[in-house]
Amino acid sequence: MDEFILIFRHQDGTKIASPEQMQIWMKQTMDWIGSIAAQNKFSSGTGLPFADAKVVWHNSVVTNGPFGDIKETIGGFVIVKASSVDEAVEFAKGCPVLQGDGNSVEVRKIAKNDAVH
Amino acid sequence: MSPLFLVATLFMEQNELIPHLFRTEYSKIIAVLCKQFGIHHIEIAEDIAADTFLSAVENWSYKGLPANPTAWLYTVAKNKAKNYFAHFSVLNDKIKKEISHTAEQPVTEIDLSNINITDSQLRMLFAVCHPCISGESQVCLALRVLCGFGIDEIANAFLTSSETINKRLSRAKEKLRNENIPIELPSANEINDRLESVTTTLYLLFSEGYYSENNNAVLRKDLCLEAMRLTYMLVENPQTNQPFVNALLSLMCFHASRFEARVNENNELIFYQDQDETLWNRDLISKGVYFFKQSSQGNSLSRFHLEAGIAFWHTIKTDSKEKWENILQLYNKLLQLKYSPVAALNRTYALSKVNGKDAAIAEAEKINLASSPYYYTLLGELYKESDSVKAKLNFLKAMALAKTAADLQIIQRQLDTL
Repeated sequence: MDEFILIFRHQDGTKIASPEQMQIWMKQTMDWIGSIAAQNKFSSGTGLPFADAKVVWHNSVVTNGPFGDIKETIGGFVIVKASSVDEAVEFAKGCPVLQGDGNSVEVRKIAKNDAVH
Repeated sequence: MSPLFLVATLFMEQNELIPHLFRTEYSKIIAVLCKQFGIHHIEIAEDIAADTFLSAVENWSYKGLPANPTAWLYTVAKNKAKNYFAHFSVLNDKIKKEISHTAEQPVTEIDLSNINITDSQLRMLFAVCHPCISGESQVCLALRVLCGFGIDEIANAFLTSSETINKRLSRAKEKLRNENIPIELPSANEINDRLESVTTTLYLLFSEGYYSENNNAVLRKDLCLEAMRLTYMLVENPQTNQPFVNALLSLMCFHASRFEARVNENNELIFYQDQDETLWNRDLISKGVYFFKQSSQGNSLSRFHLEAGIAFWHTIKTDSKEKWENILQLYNKLLQLKYSPVAALNRTYALSKVNGKDAAIAEAEKINLASSPYYYTLLGELYKESDSVKAKLNFLKAMALAKTAADLQIIQRQLDTL
């Protein structure tokens, strides 16, 4: 069984949702993660708040937030256990983030420390 | 009153009294002796305690009950221990002349005060739940030396033979002796790790009673009450009074509140939704709430917190969207923290209450528990209203997999309602 990280990419992190909308998304996200966990396929994960976000550039240049030059932002990630990338992709398809037009979930295999990867 | 009748009542009283005293005092005597003389002497401590009760039975049968049976037992136990260890140290002295490195144990007064009893039992709890022995053995040993259960009772609780339990106990004791496990509270920097192992064992002990397939209701309840007594002991001590220990106690109180309502007079399990709410123990529910509040200090969230939260919502009988939404979210979190098939099934049930049966069926199909009768019972339940053919099919599959008479009976009852 391999581990895959599902990275949530938001098209525009500056969009502000209403608290009601946030609550609906939150429940959907919790149910989605709960569903993965109920299959014993959840490893770890977290949301990434936009507040206090910084980007550190070449030559120690620090800018506020990932906004501005890059429009796309990362809203969070989960790491799942899956026997193939296809299985991980099936999990990703259920991610509520994908309800937003232009949003995406990047699926990447976690490297094992077994000298193969 | 005829003398014969007097003797008869005395025996009846004794028949009730001695097993009761045995339960409570036997373990106290062992704990105090082990604390004083070390884990190496655990079997001697057990012998002294058992011998004390033998003397009690012999003595009280013809002399009558002493005014204070507990004090009588303590005096006899102290004397037997002093005699034994005096003899032991004479032997040791003799050996010492030849091997001079033997540590000497001076025979001091044996302290059977309440304070020392509590302290000794707390230390024993940590020794018995030492991670060098398996969880199952820890539960057995706790039942024997901390709860004073008889070998037969333990065998009965585990649905196995006395011989198996005896073997398991002696292997566990041998391990504790070989590892030279000290009878002491762990140091401040390791106490939380060790507490986790202790609370896991107490959780197992409680579950053994609560979910046991054994049909002796009294025994099952005793297991739960003992688990609660030992957990309470941890809460009472400032060094072990951690938030997650309070969460565990809270969880036990919430569950235990339904003792009287969950089994009928024929010892059959009554489904939660069919239980008579007036039989729920309100006192235990408020105690559960109290310990739950105590558990909310600090910033770590344990599985016990989540399970106590779930158990709390179950103390509110009325179905509401809020109730099941909360239960669902708690199961979502619990499964992230610690997966278990039972939690996965219960989460799916909660999901059916919040997001509807169709959504729950889709989810149930993803959780691969095809070897569990409970999985098919759940599917049967979810299909019950929409598709009675599929419901029946699933209940039949459950029946084929069910291992206990109680489970078969529950499934049969479900089939009968179709």
